[in-house]
Amino acid sequence: MKLNAQQIEIIEILEKDARMPLEDVAKMVGFSLEETTAIVKQLEDEKILVRYISLVDWTKVEEHPGVRAMIDVKVTPKQGVGFDDIAERIYRFDQVQSVYLMSGVYDLSVIVEGKSMNEVANFVSQKLSTLDSVISTTTHFILKKYKHDGTVLETGKEDQRIVVSP
Amino acid sequence: MTLTKKSYVSKMVNELKPSGIRRFFDLAASMEGVISLGVGEPDFVTPWHVREEAIRSLEMGYTAYTPNAGLFELRQEIAHYMEKEFDVSYHPQNEIIVTIGASSAIDIAMRTILDPGDEVIVVEPCFVSYVPMVELAGGKAITVQATKEHDFKILPSQLEAVVSERTKAIMLCSPNNPTGTMLNKAELKAIAQFAIEHDVLIIADEIYAELAYDEDYTSMAAIPGMHERTILVSGFSKGFAMTGWRLGFVCAPKPIAEAMLKIFQYQLMCASTMSQYAAIEALKNGRSQVEKMVKSYRRRRNFIVQSFNDMGLTCHNPGGAFYAFPSIKSTGLTSQEFAAQLLQQEKVAVVPGDVFGESGEGHIRCSYAASLEQLQEALKRIERFIQNFK
Repeated sequence: MKLNAQQIEIIEILEKDARMPLEDVAKMVGFSLEETTAIVKQLEDEKILVRYISLVDWTKVEEHPGVRAMIDVKVTPKQGVGFDDIAERIYRFDQVQSVYLMSGVYDLSVIVEGKSMNEVANFVSQKLSTLDSVISTTTHFILKKYKHDGTVLETGKEDQRIVVSP
Repeated sequence: MTLTKKSYVSKMVNELKPSGIRRFFDLAASMEGVISLGVGEPDFVTPWHVREEAIRSLEMGYTAYTPNAGLFELRQEIAHYMEKEFDVSYHPQNEIIVTIGASSAIDIAMRTILDPGDEVIVVEPCFVSYVPMVELAGGKAITVQATKEHDFKILPSQLEAVVSERTKAIMLCSPNNPTGTMLNKAELKAIAQFAIEHDVLIIADEIYAELAYDEDYTSMAAIPGMHERTILVSGFSKGFAMTGWRLGFVCAPKPIAEAMLKIFQYQLMCASTMSQYAAIEALKNGRSQVEKMVKSYRRRRNFIVQSFNDMGLTCHNPGGAFYAFPSIKSTGLTSQEFAAQLLQQEKVAVVPGDVFGESGEGHIRCSYAASLEQLQEALKRIERFIQNFK
């Protein structure tokens, strides 16, 4: 689907802040509220705007369990379906948050979430590495998130500017 | 000690009006929880790759003076950049001076061209320091008023009405602080024609040139016949979000640039060395960051202008810079009253338009170099405030 500049602008605004009132979005791109609402609806129907989610910093929530690991997976692609078949076999697991086909020394990058390192380790050894096409796995646990999707999580940012200037 | 007599201060400085912004700043700074739309600088921090380059220059020990006109490499980059972006051509050897912000560029320009009593036509509303800088250089500032009726664009006929034998130059700023108005090619041409006919210079403050939202920016120096009579002032503060680095530059034909350099070398020696290294990086690799900032400002411009018009404070669509300049005449207040009461009642700081010149009266300058959340909240408060006057 080919989009025009205003449609793309609407997506960019919502990508940054999904809770931006459509009334304000409309003003920013120079459309009426009705037009903007219709465009957003269309983008949702086309699954270009797939879902509105929150960026959460769970580390601030006391005793919240949870670990994330990025796993480099080498696989043997299959005749006819390439990597799609094995990717699907991997993403069907609920523990799997993301699956990407990568260029470089391994094939799939898999992000797995679990309550503990043990749980993730068990998943990798018992479910992931036992799949037929999987040749090898390398697991990297995420120790600390500094910046996620363009947002710096721990920031003491304050406006340093003087209140009124010429 | 009360020995300091007022007479120790020169007559000229005694007569200099204090900046109207200063008074407002003191008031706003003393209050808590103020949302400020009074800030005349970007809300972006200088992009990291630029900051890093300054750090690297310190690590390398580049802490000495540079040539008076600035690092040659920086002047080369400026020449290249101005040619590529704005289609104006200046020789890095003798037509470009790196200055301490655009302000020092304007200052040396005035002092270079003015003999006592020479006149400069200053188009208002404008940046608060133009008139004092003319006066401090011994000149006489003749103000003309761009008005809301013409979207704050000055007409050649208005210049015609005040031009005299003593007119040496016209001081022009586009995109404009405080109105945001940007002159298009045809409008610049008309003013250029006037300048050529009357043989006057134009000091073009083009510090906001990068921040043009609806059409490509045209530099006064790019208008045929104007290269030789334009002193083009620009810098890194606004477009590259580098206000605190204090780095500007001025481009002018060789005889004028060389004369300006005479003053600059005695006055300031050279601009800050680490800022200059940072600026080289900004020009070489900063374009994509500038474009990102422009995109963000454009959205906010659209948002604030539409919001003002929706609430009944009519506001022309400013083509550049990051200021909206709505009319507050419908409230029956003067711009000073409006700004003071708004600050007291709703804790929103704006700058009363009259500090920028006579025709700014009845307007307020609202900088949209603030986060969207701040703009949304500030506009809510302003809308609530003006209900008092309906």
